[in-house]
Amino acid sequence: MGPKSRRLSFILMIMMLLGISVALVLAALKDNIVYFYSPTELLMKEPPMGQRLRVGGLVKQGSYLLENDGITSRFVITDKKSEVTATHKGVLPDLFREGQGVVGEGHFNKNKIFEAEKVLAKHDENYMPPEVAEALRKNGVWKGSKKP
Amino acid sequence: MRGLQNNALKISLTHPSFGSKSDKISRTQNNDMFNFLANPARFSRLSSKMKPWVGCLTLCFLLFGLWFALLSSPADYQQGDTVRIMYVHVPCAWMAMFAFLFLSTFSIIGLIWRHPLAHVIAQSAAPIGACFTLLCLITGSLWGKPMWGTWWVWDARLTSVLILFFLYLGVITLHKAFDDPVRCEKSAAILAIFGLINLPVIKFSVDWWNTLHQPASVIKMSGPSIHFSMLTPLFLVAVSFICFFFYVLLIRIESILASKRLETLHRQCGRRAQ
Repeated sequence: MGPKSRRLSFILMIMMLLGISVALVLAALKDNIVYFYSPTELLMKEPPMGQRLRVGGLVKQGSYLLENDGITSRFVITDKKSEVTATHKGVLPDLFREGQGVVGEGHFNKNKIFEAEKVLAKHDENYMPPEVAEALRKNGVWKGSKKP
Repeated sequence: MRGLQNNALKISLTHPSFGSKSDKISRTQNNDMFNFLANPARFSRLSSKMKPWVGCLTLCFLLFGLWFALLSSPADYQQGDTVRIMYVHVPCAWMAMFAFLFLSTFSIIGLIWRHPLAHVIAQSAAPIGACFTLLCLITGSLWGKPMWGTWWVWDARLTSVLILFFLYLGVITLHKAFDDPVRCEKSAAILAIFGLINLPVIKFSVDWWNTLHQPASVIKMSGPSIHFSMLTPLFLVAVSFICFFFYVLLIRIESILASKRLETLHRQCGRRAQ
């Protein structure tokens, strides 16, 4: 084995070991790396009341309502298996829409309602002009929501 | 002129950073492009011929790309005109990752084959990649505020790109960290190879973990989920960024080679004066 192939195999071996160790570390830290939990993951975890956490999913169609005080909104976050009812006091982001992604940061109160102090909108990977979205909706292919 | 080039050639061969004994043997074979470019003077001649063409390509693609991006492409059905940030943000992100892959590849070539130009190329690419990464982070932040409602979150995608930026800063710093140029090159190359592992983490972070950042829109198994009227400006700008990368790269390689040559000349003059 010449010096070049020795150096090559050495570098390849280091890279392989490094890759494996990083993969193991990331797999072990999975719970800390996720930015939010889905409603299903949360139901399995049963977090204690008052613990700060983030819940993410879609805003359920037809679930949004503004309460009588005029600033508290109430909506359901769903991952199509489980649901979490959330409330938020204040302004919602522009992209907040029924059927679109959302991430809430806050805690559960004693009624098992998620009180979100912060609500972030999470948009999906689809981009298209409004006319195309309209056409898809008319043909029933697209279930996305309209701009309110 | 000819005398000057011959002189440069001699200097390049005597420069301490340019190879060991075994490289000199391989240079005498001189039978392929790999060895052809090992001579800095020859490389400089080739690069000054290529530079204007690459510059022209950059301008053409950028002008077309900007026209499509700002004027001749539709607004998004959800995001409106804010979607136009994508035409800067996404190509910057691609370039940030491409430049690091490029830099690491040449670092490996430099470590294994001891090619005299490889480390110079890696050193030249680092600040360009760092700039693209910073632009990606800034434009992402400007996009995040109106769309998500926040400038920054510590999710896996954003954090791994920030780590990429720090890796670039590390490589840039290591290239200037020691007096001995060989030691600089080696340490920077090793960091670049370590940093390679971050690239798949960036790419797949949105699939492996829940992130606020959206999943991939263009490079994925099921094909792009962006309408072609928006893909056109995206690709045009991306190609212009690639050309720009190589344009700046050529300029930087030439200037680093020139400064190395100057250093050697200084050293030789000093020796003669003694």
